[in-house]
Amino acid sequence: MSAVPAREAMPMVDEPMRPQRSRTATRALDLLMRSLVPVVLALVAGGILLLILGRDPLQFYSDIWHGGVQQGSWQDSAVRMAPLLLIAVGLIFVFRANIWNLGYDGQFLLAAAVLSGWGPSLVTHVPLWLAMTILFLVAAAVGAAWTLVPAGLKAIYETNEIITTLMMSFIGVGVANILVKGPFQDPSVNIPQTKVLPINKMLPTIPSTRIHVGVLVAVAAALVAYYVLTRTAFGLRIQVLGANPRAARHVGVQVRKLIVSSFLVSGALIGAAAAADILGLWGYSRANWNPAYGDTVIPFVFLARLNPLAVIPFIAFYAVLSTGGDLAAQNANLPTDFLLVLVALILLFMTLIEFVGRRRELGQSYLPEGLREVFRKPLIRRRPMGTEETA
Amino acid sequence: MSSIFHQTVLTALISGGIVAGVPLMLTAIGETISERAGVLNLGLEGMMLVGAYVGFIGAYYGHSSWLGFALGAIGGMLACSFMIVLCVWLGLDQIVVGIAITLAGEGITSVLQQAQFGTSYPRLGAMGEVHIPLLHRIPVVGPAVFEQHLLVYLGVVLVFVLVWVFRHTNVGLNLRAAGEKPEALDAAGVSVTGTRSYAVLCTGALAGIGGAYLSIIGAGVFTPFMTQGQGYMAIVICMLARGRPAWVLVASFLFGICLSITTALQLAGINISTDLVNMLPFIAIMVALVLFGRRSYLPPALAIPYVRGAR
Repeated sequence: MSAVPAREAMPMVDEPMRPQRSRTATRALDLLMRSLVPVVLALVAGGILLLILGRDPLQFYSDIWHGGVQQGSWQDSAVRMAPLLLIAVGLIFVFRANIWNLGYDGQFLLAAAVLSGWGPSLVTHVPLWLAMTILFLVAAAVGAAWTLVPAGLKAIYETNEIITTLMMSFIGVGVANILVKGPFQDPSVNIPQTKVLPINKMLPTIPSTRIHVGVLVAVAAALVAYYVLTRTAFGLRIQVLGANPRAARHVGVQVRKLIVSSFLVSGALIGAAAAADILGLWGYSRANWNPAYGDTVIPFVFLARLNPLAVIPFIAFYAVLSTGGDLAAQNANLPTDFLLVLVALILLFMTLIEFVGRRRELGQSYLPEGLREVFRKPLIRRRPMGTEETA
Repeated sequence: MSSIFHQTVLTALISGGIVAGVPLMLTAIGETISERAGVLNLGLEGMMLVGAYVGFIGAYYGHSSWLGFALGAIGGMLACSFMIVLCVWLGLDQIVVGIAITLAGEGITSVLQQAQFGTSYPRLGAMGEVHIPLLHRIPVVGPAVFEQHLLVYLGVVLVFVLVWVFRHTNVGLNLRAAGEKPEALDAAGVSVTGTRSYAVLCTGALAGIGGAYLSIIGAGVFTPFMTQGQGYMAIVICMLARGRPAWVLVASFLFGICLSITTALQLAGINISTDLVNMLPFIAIMVALVLFGRRSYLPPALAIPYVRGAR
């Protein structure tokens, strides 16, 4: 199993706090550098790639700025933040427990299909606020339900959840398509899509902007998640589980229950992301529609060190990048898939920077463990590598 | 309903199963090699796509499927060289790098495809099938099994070569040791990094050829995102086969039939939702995991970077 979530989730727990300001400052600077440098390097490398493709990188990036921030388009970016942020927070919950939920696409699209199939008839029967609440809860329930099988398999048989969530994701996408083409299809149009929510029956917007309430819900979810993960027993249990499952069992954490519940929370948040996107922006679902938000969110979740507060600026950055990227890619006559390359570059540079930060620990391999501890203590504050569980 | 068992339908089913199963088989065989050596390669999807694109370009301009396969292998190796440098040499997280390679492969092939051909998708003609003498005259099975591209038979031969390599050669022993207990391999004087490097290189080459087969023979055209999760299916096949190449062969063929069943059913005059049919392989995998998942075996050192002397 990977150790990235575990190691980042519990930074220097085994280290007594030293009240030296300079050291905290260095650490903060270190963290900042490690978070921002990969992004900058990825943008530079992406620029070089654009040059190779014969496009003007400066033009490309200024188009992104123009289409993502200027002249009120920052509001579009903010709207795009809502689903991204909810998915990010959902992923943080499981990643902190060192569990990989890679089934976000299926959870998201299934929730989207169910709520956009049911939404149009619901909003005509009950008051708007009630309908919106119900739809959010339904979407969350659908997303959570779709994690049950991988969660159960992981909890009972320790089946690799990367595989099971991916498979359930493909199945979920298929089921969503069947639902949209079948029972939820709008009979009045020929293309396979659901009925469209009337514009006045969608999530209300903040006065004089296009930003809908879902954005606020997403930010609130990030704040609540931060509180839950850092200030409650549940959050601590998740961290212990993520750091070391065996230790967690030892201190009395009910590991199976915790695996299932962190999966459920994650699925629910991803379902809620679908609600925010459909009810706030699109108003309907199309067959074969897959925005694949999750893939692009993952690097930023890692860059934010699985911290729900720190992820907000990163997601905002990506929202601008992708909103403006649509325009920039169109102007440069490139497919928007170019943004995937940028995201992949961020991931690669992130791991590289991680390596640079970790190199100090790698060289000291010829000394026995006890001796190495003596050597290491004054120098390095992080846990020795290689101590992670052999999952 | 007797039309299901009509000769042409059965032939279409088997040959479709082979055509769809071969990319899975090649890729899953590659993944078997690297998983046995202790490297979990989640970038297969990206490597297949790169192989598919580069291979298609080679076959399109070179008018030879073999040039396409060769270029596909090189493309796959190029894509997996990131994995070798970052994960095997530097010991970075294999899952994160794997996801990155998948994303980069999806993005870059889509960009290059559009840069090269705009929005048109040129097709390739039929590419060198061989007719194995006598055998291809057997009814039903003959046209399905013995009129395939030569690569299919080479792939099957490769599987058995690999069985032999794993069981009877030093190379196979080294590969297994790199996944089971890298410390022991290191103590025996064999470089773990080197062993894992060529294991991953093989994976990249095989995934690249698998992707190239998909675009050159399977579809005859390259479209962005054309692998549609087959890289992940290959990983599952590899896990279900528990690292044994012969089982990979069987499982890939079964999943190939699942993938190609739509065409066969359409030939039989049965029209069911393609979405439902496309889900079949994944449902089959989930059922297989629920039933047999408990016994799935992974090498102990899988996905754990090897650092000499670290415990």
